[in-house]
This record gives sequence, C-alpha cells and structure tokens, in this order.
Amino acid sequence: MSTLPPVEDIKAQIEAGVPGAVVTVVQNGSPSAQHSLLLGREHARDAALFLRDHAELRLDFCSLVTGVDWLDTETSEKVKVKKVVEGPDGTQQETEVEETRKTKIPGYLEAVYHLFSMEKKHGPVVIRVRTANRADYAHVPSLTPVWRSCEFQEREAFDLYGIVFDGHPDLRRILMWDGFADFPMRKDYVPPDDDALATVPHGKSPEVQA
Amino acid sequence: MSNDLLEVDPIAGQGEIMEVSMGPHHPSTHGVFRMDVRLEGEKVVRLKPVFGYLHRNHEKIAEHGAYLAAIPYTDRLDYLCSMTNNWGYCLAVEKLAGITVPERAEYIRVIVAELTRFQNHAGLVGFLLQDMGASGTPLMYAFREREKVLDLFESLSGARMMCNYMRFGGLRVDATAAWLDEVRRLLPALPRFLDEFENLLRANEILMARTQGTGRLSRELAVSAGVTGPMLRASGVNYDVRKVDKYGIYDRFDFRVPLGDHGDVYDRYMMRILEMRETVKILEQALRGIPEGPIMDPKVRLRGLRPKAGEAYGRIESPKGELGFFLISDGTTNPYRYRVRPPSMINLTILEDMCLGQNIADVVVTLGSVDIVLGEVDR
Amino acid sequence: MADGLKELKIELSKNGIFTTTLEELYNWGRKNSVWPLTFGLACCAIEMIATTMARYDLARFGAEVFRPSPRQADLIIVSGTVTKKMAPQVVRLYNQMPEPKYVIAMGACAISGGPFRDGYNVLKGIDRYIPVDVHIPGCPPRPEALIHAFMTLQKKIDEQALTGPDRPRHLQAGQPSEYPVPAFGEHGLEPADNRDVFAAAEGNPLKVLQ
Repeated sequence: MSTLPPVEDIKAQIEAGVPGAVVTVVQNGSPSAQHSLLLGREHARDAALFLRDHAELRLDFCSLVTGVDWLDTETSEKVKVKKVVEGPDGTQQETEVEETRKTKIPGYLEAVYHLFSMEKKHGPVVIRVRTANRADYAHVPSLTPVWRSCEFQEREAFDLYGIVFDGHPDLRRILMWDGFADFPMRKDYVPPDDDALATVPHGKSPEVQA
Repeated sequence: MSNDLLEVDPIAGQGEIMEVSMGPHHPSTHGVFRMDVRLEGEKVVRLKPVFGYLHRNHEKIAEHGAYLAAIPYTDRLDYLCSMTNNWGYCLAVEKLAGITVPERAEYIRVIVAELTRFQNHAGLVGFLLQDMGASGTPLMYAFREREKVLDLFESLSGARMMCNYMRFGGLRVDATAAWLDEVRRLLPALPRFLDEFENLLRANEILMARTQGTGRLSRELAVSAGVTGPMLRASGVNYDVRKVDKYGIYDRFDFRVPLGDHGDVYDRYMMRILEMRETVKILEQALRGIPEGPIMDPKVRLRGLRPKAGEAYGRIESPKGELGFFLISDGTTNPYRYRVRPPSMINLTILEDMCLGQNIADVVVTLGSVDIVLGEVDR
Repeated sequence: MADGLKELKIELSKNGIFTTTLEELYNWGRKNSVWPLTFGLACCAIEMIATTMARYDLARFGAEVFRPSPRQADLIIVSGTVTKKMAPQVVRLYNQMPEPKYVIAMGACAISGGPFRDGYNVLKGIDRYIPVDVHIPGCPPRPEALIHAFMTLQKKIDEQALTGPDRPRHLQAGQPSEYPVPAFGEHGLEPADNRDVFAAAEGNPLKVLQ
C-alpha cells in the first residue's frame, strides 16, 4: 500500500508514457480517499497496458469491473436578458427580465476498474471509462486483452447495463437469457407487471377492489 | 445472439464430436450451474460455463433499500459463509463513511470469520470427495463438524445459516463469556477432526490418481484472470488479503499462508487442509487475547445512515477468495451503486483453460476444486 | 374403516391373523418409500443436505436415496429461489417424473419469491406452474421443519383413497401429469403463470380477483 504514488503522479506518468492519452483525476468525497482516473476512450487500452507493464506500478491484477448508470440530468439557471416589452401606456420599452434557462446534461454509462498489484502488494488504482451517451453510442474499448479477469465482468456490464465493449472476445449475455431485451440494472428500467396475486398494482397507492 | 457451439469445426478423421450440456440440474455441479462441453471422444475440446440460473438481482434490491437493509441479503450471497459476507459489506460501508470499530468487536469478528472458514473448507473437501464417488461418507464427517459450528452461530446470532450478525461499526449483539467458553471447549476437537480426516484420506489411491496432475493452473494465468483465494495460492502466488491489506486486527496474529507448487486439484485440496490448521491457530490466539469493552461505535446511526457523496471499495479474504464490495454514495440513505466482487464467478473465468485436453470425468473434479457457490456467482 | 370391521380386525389379530385393507397396504408402502430428487437451487438446499446428514437423518423416514434422475424419483423438493431462467427447467423435470409424484416447496422463495420477490428474474413462487403439495415457510427452514414437512406429506399420502371421486391424480384417467413448459420472452416468461394450476388451489385469493 505504501509503495503506490499519489493519483496525480500516476496521471502524469500515463500522460508521459502514452502520447495522446487524456487523463482526468476524479476526486472522491468519502473518507476512503480512493480517487480515480478518468481515461479517454481512444487510448484507454494503451493506458491500461502501460499500467500493467510499468516497472514500479506492475498493476497485474484487475480485481473488479463495475458498470454504473448516470441518468440525463438538467441544470437550470436564472439569466438576466434584455427584452422588448410593451409598457402599460403602449410604448415599447427595453427592460431586463429574468429567464430560467434549462440545459440538458446528457447521461452516460461508466465502467470502473479497480486495479491492484499481486507482485508489489499495493493498490487500489481506480480507472474509469465513460460512454458518449446512454442511447445510441454506448461503446467503450474492452480491457479483456489486458487482464483476463475482465472477461466475465464486462459481459455482465453488457448484460445488465448495455455497455458494448469493443474488442471483447465473446460479448453476449451472461446472467439473463439470450432473448432478453432489456438492460435491467439501468436506473430507468421498469419491470413487467406479473404480480398476479397483488391486490394493489405495483407501485400505486391502495384502492378498494369491488 | 445465439449460442454458436452448434457450428462444428471440421476435424478430419479424429473420432466423434459430441456436445454435452452438463447441468443446470446435475448431481455434481454444486448448484444450478451449466457447462456446455464439446467432447472429442472423451477429451474436452471446448467448455463454456453458463450461469444466471440463480440471478436474484441482489444489487438492484440493495440499491432500492437503505444501507442497513442490504445486510440480510449479503448473508444469502455465499450462503455457506454468511459471517464473512457480512464483514465484507460492513468493511466497505465503514470505509465509505469513516466509521471505526471497537477492539472487542474486531476480535469477535475474527473468531466468527475463522470458524466460518473452517466449516467452509471442511464442507468443500467433503463435496469434492463426493464428486469423486465417495458417496457421502467424508461429507458426513465434515457436516458433523459443521453442525457444531452452526450450533455456536445459532446461540450467538439466532440463526444457523443466515446470521445477519455484523453491523457497520461493530456487531449486533455481544458474545457472552459462556459463549466464548463454548468456543474454547470446541477448539481442541478441531485438530483432532483434521487428523482423523487426513488419516482417512492421505494415502487414498483414488484421491491421488484423480487429483494429481488434474486441472493445472499456471501462475501467470491465475494472476491475469484475477483468481484469488486458495485456488491462487495453490498455483504458488503469495497473495492473501489478510496479509496484504491487514484489515481488522489480522496483523496481530501469527499465521502462515500455505502455497502450492503445481497448481493442480491435489494442491488445492491440500490448501484447504493446511488453511484449516492455520485457522485453528488464529482462533487460539484470538480467544486468548480478546478484551472486554463495547462492541459498537456509539456515534453511528445505523438507520438513516447518510454517508457523504463518494465511493469506496472494501475487500476481505473470504473462504472462496477476495470478496469485495464497491459502493457509490450520492449523499442519500440508499447507495447509488452497490456492486459485489464475486470471487467464485471470477475464479470460473479460467475453468475452460484448466479443463481443455482432459477427460470429462476430470471436469467434475476440477470444478469441485474451484469451490463455487451459485448464490455468489449469480447474485 | 367401519366399526364392525375394526372389531373383526382386532379379534383376528388376537388369534395371530393380520388383516388390512388394500388401500392401507398400498398407501403404507408408498408413504414409507418416497425417494426425492437431488434438486437444490439455493440456500435451502444446504439445509436439505444437512437434513440428510447424520444429525437429522432424513433416511429414517424412507427417503433412503436421493435419485439424480427424475425418472426414478417420487418427490421434488424445490429448495431455493426459482428464477425465470430456471423455471422452464423445473417444469421439465417435473414433467419427466413418473406418477405418483409430489412437490414440496421449501422456503419462502419457492412459495412466493421470498425476500427476492422484487426481482426482475425471480419467479414469484413455483406454484405458478406446477401443483405443490406441501409448503414449508422459513428462510431457510430448519432441518426439523423439513422433516415435519416430510411427515405431513406422508400423512397426506396415507389419507388418499383408492376409489371414489377424490382418488389421487395418477389413478384418474384423463388427468394431466405434464404441464406446459414456459418459454423465454423478451421481458419475462411467456406465459407468466399457468391458470390451471395457479387458480385451482382452494381459497386462493386469485380466484377472488377473477
């Protein structure tokens, strides 16, 4: 644990060792202080190889691959705009009006990797890769060619979240059956209403049944 | 995307190709686990594990409830070892929220975790031998010891299997002095049982012939595939989370980590036997050193715990391997993301590699040595 | 048995002659030799295994061997959560068992989905597709509870009449012994339940809804 350099140093090393790599530090607010590195999609696999084969880091053990769903969010801000308003006496006046402008922040799906080193007995180094959006382009590069342990876990993230891992040797559903059409762990998944014994419909307040 | 095992590669004049689906209902697959095996004669040329038959979406249920509500569900992950599952989750929440655990609680945690490890390894050896054809007798011996441990758990926590005993910041209820004396009374019986077990099995010809050289796993492949636990150490890699992370108070105990030379099924079987002996040593030291004191951090709000927004990954050495919990908190009472690192599922990644080129009978023995529990594989 | 017959039976037995009815003999043989199928799904399976071990010993009650093949078994103890992925296999195994066959639903999950009822992959009780004879509540039920259920099943077999309208299913021509196997749909199983089995139980609240 003590031989691991701080997260900013690792970021600098990746940027030096993999030209073109985009690395951002994501701060962690909890007392665990396990800050993570967000990698750009194009060079994520090269950065992973660099981390695995690095002489001091030797991160040869990918312990955990997690899929996370971040929904689309909206921010609203009040902006002062100059507008032409008709006054009570019929004249056109220019006044300042407050308008609420809403901007949509698109959500994304994320794959979080926890890396350790069995050789040096240190870790974790947390890296993240994000998709462009949740709708049509949910592709990220697969890190299975780097660490074999990602094989089943990336399949699970594909099965439950719909993240497509390019370069995975065998990407198909692993926990649900092949014909299943939904991505159940997403935050906006609605399960089918097959609770035939319930006297109250799923999620609604009780009504009197005649 | 359909299963493409049905397309047959042309292999000229080399015997018959046969597709066998072992499971999900099979006497030796340790639960509802299925393997699609392609055989050439009796040799395995391809093996694809299929699971998900026990997928109970534990992660989604935990995300819909509060942090406290997930603890009974962790019991049902690796349903043979509920105490260590509880500990893994509580450790992750303690890391997430910055909670400390009093010393007496740490000692009791070690005692129940090591008792769990003992009965799990004994059961595994019993099941492995049952798969080899010793119908039931070693399993009866192993379950005899397991019943003694379950009696202890029942008097401590109220339940034999689903103990629901640990909380973040400590334990649910204290162990009485009488309970600790009961454990002390049980302790000399454990090495006697191990001696009896080993004497019955040590020079058994069938065990030797079927396990030595079967299911070899090399060091490099084990590390790359993220294999942990006794299976990793049987391949010669010295990585035990108790020694690496030193979580809890494990750095106070003097115990060794056994390592194997060949990485075959016999080494994995011996790992469990040797780890059971080390477990007894840890239990003796813990029972000698346990202090008086509180068992719960008084500042912790169990109901309505709202950790600060952030994330944490906490892991322990469970009897199956590295059990970890990754939690992302968004500041509310429910976790935003709750993820379990299932050691059994990740250990299955190289099942195909270990079984290629062997007979189909060896597949059963190799699977038995991986030590899977479907509640954990599928969650 | 009528009182006159009973007195005759006692008189004869005092003289060393043992008499019985065909029904009693038939049921006595059947109830003391119920062979279960080796069928464990989840945590309850471990308690089932513990019940067959030396401490609780189910073999005393006639369950001498657990048969791995459904063709040789009389009883299927559905122990553990039945998921939608596994449900077709359970029904198929039940169909392959020869008559007379019995089902024990062991544990809360097999009865109604149990603690995992909210799951998208969990079948809310195996009695949606196959008829269940004995239900054992518990999570997991103790080995003694399984023994009690076994004895309840033996009592049920004992009380079955050989003739008359309420004779058991295997003695009535035209009664189904195989039930339709559900298929994997895109969002769940199709059909979601089997109305012939599910609504048939006496006092079932589903009947009230219909």
